[in-house]
Amino acid sequence: MKMLEDVGRKTNDFLEYTGGIALLGAETAGSIVRLRIRVSETVNQCYLLGVQSVSIVLLTALFTGMVFSLESAEQAVQFGIGSLVGGAVAYTSVRELGPMLSAVVVAGRVGAAIAAEIGSMVVTEQVEALQSLGLAPTRFLVVPRLLALVVMLPLLAIVADVVSVYGGMWIAQSYAHISNDVFISSARQAIGFSDVIKGLLKSLVFAVIIAMVGSYQGLTTRGGAAGVGKSTTGAVVLSIILIFITNFVLSYILYGTS
Amino acid sequence: MAKLIAKLDDVTMRYGERVILENCTLDVVEGAITCIIGLSGAGKSTILRLLDALRKPDSGHVYVKERDICHLPESELVAMRSEIGFAFQFAALLDSLSVGENVALALREHSSLTNAQIERRALDTLESVGLAHTYDLLPSELSGGMLKRAGFARAVVTNPELVLFDEPTTGLDPIVTHLLTDIIKRLREQLNATAVVISHDLHSIYRMADYVAMLFEGAIIEYGPVHEIRRSANPIVQQFLQGSEVGPIPL
Repeated sequence: MKMLEDVGRKTNDFLEYTGGIALLGAETAGSIVRLRIRVSETVNQCYLLGVQSVSIVLLTALFTGMVFSLESAEQAVQFGIGSLVGGAVAYTSVRELGPMLSAVVVAGRVGAAIAAEIGSMVVTEQVEALQSLGLAPTRFLVVPRLLALVVMLPLLAIVADVVSVYGGMWIAQSYAHISNDVFISSARQAIGFSDVIKGLLKSLVFAVIIAMVGSYQGLTTRGGAAGVGKSTTGAVVLSIILIFITNFVLSYILYGTS
Repeated sequence: MAKLIAKLDDVTMRYGERVILENCTLDVVEGAITCIIGLSGAGKSTILRLLDALRKPDSGHVYVKERDICHLPESELVAMRSEIGFAFQFAALLDSLSVGENVALALREHSSLTNAQIERRALDTLESVGLAHTYDLLPSELSGGMLKRAGFARAVVTNPELVLFDEPTTGLDPIVTHLLTDIIKRLREQLNATAVVISHDLHSIYRMADYVAMLFEGAIIEYGPVHEIRRSANPIVQQFLQGSEVGPIPL
């Protein structure tokens, strides 16, 4: 009996959560469609959420590209296919690692920040104050963060792609003596413009996930400082899980059938 | 009979299993200062939130200017809220904006005034609460009493017809308490508005209130002009006013 109660309660919680996020998404989309956008705040969020994430995305992508090249170059040279290392690094970077890594890093940094900031505003009654002034928290808080991430995350993914490939090229050249010309030629053959576009499409979806989950967690914060901590952790964990699941689904749709 | 600007009619409200208000009815007389008194956690702040449509009751009706606001669409609630000012207990200024920008925010969003006019009006309103010099400061740079006054300025900058004050004097020294009580009276007179004030400070209430309502166990058990409430024969009201441990109020 207790197990049934637990299942019922968890199902109810799940439906409430997904319904809540869907409503928030609809309200946010409504504000954007009606062009009810605070431009200066959106630009400010582009800086806070995007520009300030460049260094951490850059470092993560650089070392991932380097380690991928390190692991693959030695084996490839042994088997006489060293000329394919550039292609392998570029292929994985542009299709998977660039969009995924930048999204996961941003989810950890920015998703947490969004949930913490909005959550703090909820527990200090600032969100209620906005409502009492006749301002919709969705338009005031969620829309600028969503738009900023939708603009900045694909740009960060491009940075990650480029840095990852260049890191891989440097290691391939210095460790496995694969020349830069061979590496770049292989990379050019392996990926096309459509791969870059598909990677950016993934980034767009991940941006929406990070912004909406972070905002919803923040807006549903209850119970003071402890509640803010719980919302923040929840935002990061849930965003990352959803990014991994969505990445698989998108990869299947975009690449799986080709 | 005095004209009402707002009314709670047989309102019941729960938070989860806990009943906050039960069949609660309250009249808010137009142009008067109505103070709501009651024990901590009795649901006084919930009444203010109901009057501003920040909460919806589980049953009953909330009327503001003869309109039932419980079922208004969001677009009409926005218009309605621009006629109501809300001064929160801890001011709730947006900490990412300066004090001046906090006060100007509603004007920027809802009025067609120019930037210069908005800044002038925000500055004038801050001046009326003695805070003109804080226009460019951040809320974190203000003391508790200054924050409350800045919250007052934000609540009244749009010249609302109804202003709600949530515990405006709690936690402040007697001098600032006296000052804030005077400001509430003056703002109400200047705006020709109605004020609903939640307070535990009996001295302030006696100085500013026209009507007093006592909330106890989810309902208004006593309501009337301040001098009648002071002479109330209700033992619960008397115990509360005297701050006595002995009486029908369970500790």
